[in-house]
Amino acid sequence: MSDVQTFLDRLLERNAQREPEPTWIAARRQAGAARFEALGFPTRRDEAWKYTDVRAIARGDFALAADAEFSPATAAALTLPIDAHRLTFVDGIFSAALSQLEGLPSGVALLPLSRALEENHETVGGPLGRLTGVEFSPFSALNTAFTEEGAVLRLAPGTVVEKPIVLQFLSRAGEQPVMSHPRILIEAAGRSQATVIEHHIGEESAANFTNLVAEVMLDRGAILTHYKLQEAPLADLHVASIHVEQGRDSTYTSFNLNLGGSLVRTDLISELNGQGATANFYGLFYGQGRQHVDSHTLANHNAPNTYSNENYKGILDDRAHGVFNGKIMVKRDSQKIEGYQSNANLLLSDRAQIDAKPELEIYADDVKCSHGSTTGQLDEEAIFALRTRGIDRQTARGLLTLAFAGEVLEEVSLDTISERVELAVAGKLPERFNLAGLVETAVALDDE
Amino acid sequence: MASQEMEELVRRDYKEGFVTDIESDTLPPGLDEGVIAFISNKKGEPAWMLEWRLDAYRKWLKMTPPSWAHLDYPPIDYQSISYFSAPKRDEDRPQSLDEVDPKLLETYEKLGIPLHERAALAGVAVDAVFDSVSVATTFKKQLGEAGVIFCSISEAIRDYPELIKQYLGTVVPVTDNYFAALNSAVFTDGSFVFVPKGVTCPMELSTYFRINAANTGQFERTLIICEEGAQVSYLEGCTAPMRDENQLHAAVVELVTLDDAYIKYSTVQNWYPGDEDGKGGIYNFVTKRGDCRGDRSRISWTQVETGSAITWKYPSCVLRGKDSIGEFYSVAVTNGRQQADTGTKMIHIGEGTRSSIISKGISAGRSNQSYRGLVKIGPRAKGARNFTQCDSLLIGDTCGAHTFPYQEIGNSTATVEHEATTSKIGEDQLFYCQSRGISEEDAVSMIVNGFCKDVFQELPMEFAVEAEALLSVTLEGAVG
Repeated sequence: MSDVQTFLDRLLERNAQREPEPTWIAARRQAGAARFEALGFPTRRDEAWKYTDVRAIARGDFALAADAEFSPATAAALTLPIDAHRLTFVDGIFSAALSQLEGLPSGVALLPLSRALEENHETVGGPLGRLTGVEFSPFSALNTAFTEEGAVLRLAPGTVVEKPIVLQFLSRAGEQPVMSHPRILIEAAGRSQATVIEHHIGEESAANFTNLVAEVMLDRGAILTHYKLQEAPLADLHVASIHVEQGRDSTYTSFNLNLGGSLVRTDLISELNGQGATANFYGLFYGQGRQHVDSHTLANHNAPNTYSNENYKGILDDRAHGVFNGKIMVKRDSQKIEGYQSNANLLLSDRAQIDAKPELEIYADDVKCSHGSTTGQLDEEAIFALRTRGIDRQTARGLLTLAFAGEVLEEVSLDTISERVELAVAGKLPERFNLAGLVETAVALDDE
Repeated sequence: MASQEMEELVRRDYKEGFVTDIESDTLPPGLDEGVIAFISNKKGEPAWMLEWRLDAYRKWLKMTPPSWAHLDYPPIDYQSISYFSAPKRDEDRPQSLDEVDPKLLETYEKLGIPLHERAALAGVAVDAVFDSVSVATTFKKQLGEAGVIFCSISEAIRDYPELIKQYLGTVVPVTDNYFAALNSAVFTDGSFVFVPKGVTCPMELSTYFRINAANTGQFERTLIICEEGAQVSYLEGCTAPMRDENQLHAAVVELVTLDDAYIKYSTVQNWYPGDEDGKGGIYNFVTKRGDCRGDRSRISWTQVETGSAITWKYPSCVLRGKDSIGEFYSVAVTNGRQQADTGTKMIHIGEGTRSSIISKGISAGRSNQSYRGLVKIGPRAKGARNFTQCDSLLIGDTCGAHTFPYQEIGNSTATVEHEATTSKIGEDQLFYCQSRGISEEDAVSMIVNGFCKDVFQELPMEFAVEAEALLSVTLEGAVG
């Protein structure tokens, strides 16, 4: 397995440069490497990777970034225009210069993983890797082997963070593609509330590999909204797993918005462990060119009276390939469950491909679970209806596609994000019509 | 319902459990090339057929059993199975029902299948299969006048080698899967139907399968061909006597429709599901596939699955012809410790192809049931449509119901819809019925039958009656 060896060699190089570290980290690093070596990269023979070919990653030779230098002007242009607390990573390395950590309210700890380890590694050692260990996938094993940087967010009981917290991951263009293995660790104590925006973006010609593992722990009554705005450069490779653990009456809401990257795979898992816990999964993916976007979700109803609600929408153009695999799992004795899952896909081109697998696995009888999955094209009658109102075919198609995406975006409460995604989708449409102009005209008509 | 009464009903013995004592000409357990040669020779097959079987056997040896299904059973020892068993008097096969061994007829009587009556009243020709050899075929003459060939596959291999060569193994290739390969090597009997161009088969064709002699696996091979514009409705029904060891059943069914042809294939499966601890019971590993080769052709699968300890079965349609149609209607009921992993595959290749899937699963007791389906839309399948509905009903808190639908869509003009729900029988529904003087058991039966209605109405009349009765018997005592 020479593909695996390339990665292991990089690890050895890196380990040789490392300062002495706590034994538990070294041990986990070793366990991760051993596991990754044993598993190798997944192939399409693995059920979980049936529709996703990761050879583009396996055959790559990725270095590790040496610094976090980034042009402030470019960074400013890429940063979300939103008043927020911000941690920025450049190719996986923390950039203090591009971060905004002043004025954090009391009860909030937001810091890079490297600093959290420096300050008190023992408080990190417990939660880190508790939800996503090396067993989860070859990528989680690889991430564990390379663990060194990432974001740590801790919310004290009852803390309500008003401003969103942005975790910004910038990808840099360079001669040698690089890889990063960031970790995100969120511990939200009882009744705390926050909005986290994980934002992946970078220089247009970048072609890097990001392998992210996020672990989110919500204690009793905690409320967390987690945006994953993935606008990575179109040649970037992106693999991420998000593992959430939910205590009693907690609410976790995920917006998984995928626009960038050439090969994207996200695993989103919620363990609904406490009664009254609610998980909302919203997703939107847009693929064009030869983009490959794979979204796996799993709602594990481990306790009675838990709720999950999912709505994923995919739009695929050109030769893009979309994968949706959603699963609702209800454990024995987890009664009074409600689980809903909906997935709709729109194919804009004859060569686009979607593979959908909405699954239910249910071992309790007093449950209400359903899933629906549809794939099709724009409704000719709806296009006709718009055309009778003087809208040309191109615009009609564009508007209907946006309306399709709108069903997910209308759930987004941050206007900055919903508008940004809507404009991005409008800009990607084959029709490429002037949405802003249309909106102005509509507003003007309303004013008359 | 009183729990005592319930337990009593749950413990009720398998209604069809008995073994008919007929001396069988049975091979000792074991499988090698000699066994295959013995079978082929016993069947009076030509040399090319033996070659075909041996080729399948050699390929099978290199294959591994599938492990992806949501099923749990110990590995099967293929050397402990006897691969041939036939009623003794092979030489002078009965020419009419009157000549049939009265013991056999008695067996059918016990099963509630009055052969004479049914054949006469319903106009059904019955190619009754008893321990792998057809022993009675009725209405042959009437079929002959219409030009329809309906005989055992062994006869077909002897009498219509050209048709067999042309079609056998073209829908389910020898190496399609582990069990299909095994079947290709050792199949002993099954039915062959050929409906020539423009002919609508004058009656519904029916085969009753029985597994009888202990230690024999049943390897049926069925091939149905409908030429241009031809139509046939085929009924398959099965029961098995009670016995203690697991019996393997690995059948292969191949259907071929040419332009404008239509095959309707209905199954009621009620093999022994094992006792309350899951002991015994049939392993039902079946490969069923229809090939809509012709334009505007149509294949429809309807199944009612209530029996077997383990079911692994995915009746599928390959929609090759332009505007061809595939249908799958299924009711699967599992109780006790039964496990079923069943569903369908709809492979859309041709333009304007359509498919619909209606699957109703009912799990009770400690059983586990999965719907596993694939809808694949190829790049040339312009305007293809699929609609899938799979609903599960859970009865009791120790069973499981699972849905694993795969959708692979590679054409933007295709429309694919999938819906699935899982629920239990509502307390309010039961209360409503009970407030009108309907007993709980009857209410459950009513609700379950209503849940399955979409499928039952696809069954031929006499099957629909049988299916409803089977359903209530299977579920009796499951609700409390």
